[in-house]
Amino acid sequence: MCIGDMAESKKPRPVFFNLAQIQMPVGALTSITHRVTGILLALGIPFGVYLLDLSLQGPQGYAQVIAWFDKFAFRLAAIVLVWALAHHLLAGIRHLLSDIDIGSELPAARRSAWTVNLGGVAVALLAAGVLL
Amino acid sequence: MRKAVTGLRAWLVQRISAVYMLLFILFSLFHFLLDPPHDYLAWHSWVKNHGVSIATVVFFAALLLHAWVGVRDVVMDYVHPLALRVSALALLGFSLMAIAAWIVRILLAGYG
Repeated sequence: MCIGDMAESKKPRPVFFNLAQIQMPVGALTSITHRVTGILLALGIPFGVYLLDLSLQGPQGYAQVIAWFDKFAFRLAAIVLVWALAHHLLAGIRHLLSDIDIGSELPAARRSAWTVNLGGVAVALLAAGVLL
Repeated sequence: MRKAVTGLRAWLVQRISAVYMLLFILFSLFHFLLDPPHDYLAWHSWVKNHGVSIATVVFFAALLLHAWVGVRDVVMDYVHPLALRVSALALLGFSLMAIAAWIVRILLAGYG
């Protein structure tokens, strides 16, 4: 970092992260949900790895993992994670497309934001239909 | 170009890992829809298949890198006191490395 950057970063900048007080257009909702689902998925990693480990240890471990899927709370958690993954993945694709200048215009960006938000919920409902 | 300032490398890691994970997820999804493993043996032999094992290890490498960049960004936005920030990042880094070691044990060391 050079001197110029230091001086630049010393200036007070407007920073406002209070999500409860920010008026959110649909794209902002997509964006913050991308973050929240990212954190959810990151927290889910050790649980997923544990299930993978157990399921590969032998027929007993495998049967145990299958048995857990019979529990309602477990299925509910799975559905939440499926929603998180679906939203995060769709929002990520939206990012990648906007990186190559597809859908960056406001009307298109609003449409794709709605598509991501509703698409995530649709996949979650599909998972709920299969699991519940 | 100064990496520390531009964040270009993190940006690139995030995208390359995302694209790989997307392909891997589609591949797994197709497998589970077309030919779901019906018992332990089928599941075990699918995962332990050389190609799948390696693809899965690469998937987790991509996942852990992606989680590192993503959660680090969130920590840097919301955790300001330096000691707290460094502790949070250290905890994150060590946790991800522990998970990486766990994955290697599961998929590469094998259970025979």
